[in-house]
Amino acid sequence: MTGAQSLVRSLESVGVEVVFGIPGGTILPAYDPLLDSTKVRHVLVRHEQGAGHAATGYAQATGRVGVCMATSGPGATNLVTPLADANMDSVPVVAITGQQSRALIGTDAFQEADICGITLPITKHNFLVTDPAEIPKTIAEAFHLAATGRPGPVLVDIPKDVLQETTSFSWPPELRLPGYRPTTRPHGKQVREAAKLIAGARRPVFYVGGGVLKAEASAELRALAELTGIPVVTTLMARGAFPDSHRQHLGMPGMHGSVAAVAAMQKADLLVALGARFDDRVTGQLSSFAPDARIVHADIDPAEISKNRRADVPIVGDCKEIITELTAAVRTEHGGGDDGGRTDLTAWWQQLDGLRETFPLGYEWPSDGALSPQYVIERIGAIAGPEAVYTAGVGQHQMWAAQFISYENPCTWINSGGLGTMGFAVPAAMGAKFGQPDKVVWAIDGDGCFQMTNQELATCAIEGAPIKVAVINNGNLGMVRQWQNLFYSERYSQTDLGTHKHRIPDFTLLAEALGCAGLRCESKEDVDTVIQRAMEINDRPVVIDFVVGKDAQVWPMVAAGTGNDEIMAARGIRPLFDED
Amino acid sequence: MSTHTLSVLVENKPGVLARVAGLFSRRGFNIESLAVGPTEHADVSRMTIVVAVDELPLEQVTKQLNKLVNVIKIVELDPAVSVQRELLLVKVRADATVRTQVLETVQLFRAKVVDVSPEALTVEATGTADKLEALLRMLEPYGVREMVQSGMVAVGRGPRSITAGPPLRN
Repeated sequence: MTGAQSLVRSLESVGVEVVFGIPGGTILPAYDPLLDSTKVRHVLVRHEQGAGHAATGYAQATGRVGVCMATSGPGATNLVTPLADANMDSVPVVAITGQQSRALIGTDAFQEADICGITLPITKHNFLVTDPAEIPKTIAEAFHLAATGRPGPVLVDIPKDVLQETTSFSWPPELRLPGYRPTTRPHGKQVREAAKLIAGARRPVFYVGGGVLKAEASAELRALAELTGIPVVTTLMARGAFPDSHRQHLGMPGMHGSVAAVAAMQKADLLVALGARFDDRVTGQLSSFAPDARIVHADIDPAEISKNRRADVPIVGDCKEIITELTAAVRTEHGGGDDGGRTDLTAWWQQLDGLRETFPLGYEWPSDGALSPQYVIERIGAIAGPEAVYTAGVGQHQMWAAQFISYENPCTWINSGGLGTMGFAVPAAMGAKFGQPDKVVWAIDGDGCFQMTNQELATCAIEGAPIKVAVINNGNLGMVRQWQNLFYSERYSQTDLGTHKHRIPDFTLLAEALGCAGLRCESKEDVDTVIQRAMEINDRPVVIDFVVGKDAQVWPMVAAGTGNDEIMAARGIRPLFDED
Repeated sequence: MSTHTLSVLVENKPGVLARVAGLFSRRGFNIESLAVGPTEHADVSRMTIVVAVDELPLEQVTKQLNKLVNVIKIVELDPAVSVQRELLLVKVRADATVRTQVLETVQLFRAKVVDVSPEALTVEATGTADKLEALLRMLEPYGVREMVQSGMVAVGRGPRSITAGPPLRN
C-alpha cells in the first residue's frame, strides 16, 4: 500500500471518526484513500483555522482527540492560531499537514513552510515523517501524546512523496517515547500532607481549573467538596466542573469573577488548586494574591507547580486519582466518619454568604433603553438549559456567557481561555456538534468575533451541523471599548465596527446567504420568542442578530495589574479594599 | 545568580537542538555555554548546558526541559564532584623575539603547540573555564590573533553513570 493508505488505515485504527480539513497540493495523496474510508468522515471546512478550532470544539465536547488536516505552506500556517489556542488550553488535537517532497524541503519550494519549526513553541510535540514505514508508529505516538499526561496539540507533517511511496502497514505499532513518562499516580505522602492541611484549615477554598474536566473528575470533586464542606470556585476553563446550582459554589474567580469567589481566595488560609495554573487573569497582581493562604497544588504537569506561586504541598498526578485519594485521606483525618470529624467552617461560610448576598452577579439595564446583552445571554441559558453545549468567542460576550449561564454539567462550556482567540465560537460549535450531534449547541458570539470566522456556517449548513449562533451585536469591539471607557478617557479609537450605524453586514441576510435561518431581535419583549423559534429550527443552522446596547460593561472587574483586593463590584465600588 | 551545569540526555533526532535552544530563549533564560555530542548509546546524544540562574528559575527551566518529549534525562552536575572541561585553540603572535617566553607560558599551563609559523603559534589547551581564562590573560600581552573555544563538557566523578539504567537501556 501507499504511505497515504497507511495514514488513513492508521487514523481508522486509532479510532478517528471525523477529520476537519481542506485538501491541497501536497496533502492530495492522503485525500484519495480518505474518499473510500467508511470509518473516517471528512468535513470540508472553508478555512483551515475553522478546521483547527472545530477539532478543539470536538475534543472539548467529547474528551476524545480532535483531528484536523491541511496542506503545506498556507494551509499549515492557517492552523497556527488554533494550535496555539489548543496548546494554551491543553486540548488534545492532532493536526496532519502535507509537506513538500523530501528532495524539495529547504529549497523554498512552492507552498513550502517549515511548519514543524513554526509550531515548535505552540505544540506539545511535532513530527516530520521522512520514512513511510514510520507512519503508523508516528500517528499512534501523536495520538498518545495528545491525549495522555497534560493533553495538548501534536502536529504530524508528512512530505508528499512519503505519502506516495509504497510501504507496509502493521497495527498496533510499538511506541518509542523514552523521554515521555507522565506521572499519573500521586505520591501518597503528599496526599496525606494535603489532607492534614485541609482538616486543619479554617478558611479553605477549592480552586478548580480545567484539569478537573480533562481528568473527568467532576463526580470525584463533588464527593470531596461535600465531604469537607469547603467552598469551590471554578475558573473560566472549569465552568461546569462543579454545578453552579450547588450551595458550595461561589462562582468564577479572576478578573471578571464574582466578588465572593475572588474574596474567598484573597481571605483564604488554604487554597487547594486542582488542575489550575495560577494564571495572571486569576491571580491579578501576584504579590498580593491570597496573601495568607498556604497552597496545595495538584497538577499533572510538574512544570506548573510553583511556576507562579510557590506550593507548600505539591502533588503531581492525574486529578481523578488525586481527588479520589485525597477524599480517602481526608476521611481518615476525620476519624473515618463522613463528616463527623470535619472542621467547623460556619464562621467562614457566614463571611462568604454575606459577600454573596451583598454582591451577587448582576447587571443594570442600559439607560438609553437598548437591549441588555446580559439579559439575552441569561435567557438563552435558561431556555436552552444545562444539557445544551455553549461555546463563546472572546470579549464581553464571553465573560457574560461565563457569568450568566448556569453550568451544571462538565464539557458544556467551551471557550478560548488562555490564548483569547476571537472567532473561536462558530468553528468550535461546529466541532462540538459533530462530537455531540444529539445535543443543542449554542455559539454565543460577538459581532467582532463573528466577522472573523462566520464562513464556517456554510460548512455547518452543507455538512449537517445545525448549530445556533447568538450574535451579541453591540456594534463595537466591546471589551476593547470598555477598556477605552475606563482607562483611555473614553477615547474610542477603532472600536466602532459600524454594524449598528450602517448595519453592515446585515447579519440576518448574511445568515441566509450562508444557508442558515437568520433572525433578529431588538427588544426585551421579543427575546424569549426569538430564542424559542431558534430552538425549533433543526434542519439548518440559525443565526440570531441580537442588537444590544453598546455601553453595557462586564462587572465585577479587577483592573489589569492591580491586586484582587481592589476588585470593583461595579464602577467605583471596591468591597474588599474599602472595608479595610 | 549562580552558574549551573546541566547534563541533558536527548534522543539523537533531527531538530532536538532547536527544541532545547528555543525553549531557553522562549522562557527568557540565557545559555552561557552549550556542547552537544554523542554518547555510548547510538540513539542518545548528550548536551552540557551552562546557565546562570537562581535556584527557583533553575527548577522551572529543568521542568520545562523535562517536558520536551525528546529529552530523556536531566542531571545537574555539581562542580565539586564532577570534572568540567573546555577546549581552547588560540593563535598567538610569537616571532623569534618572544617565542621562548610564549612557549614557557604554554608549558606552565600544560597546553601544547599544535601549529607553528614564523610569526605565530597556535596553542591548544583544555581545562576549566578559570584555567583557560588565566592562560588567555598570560598570552594577551603578546597579541591574540584569533581564538576559538568550545562549550563546557562535564562528567560526574566516581563509578556511577547517568546513562546507565532505565529508560535508556531498552
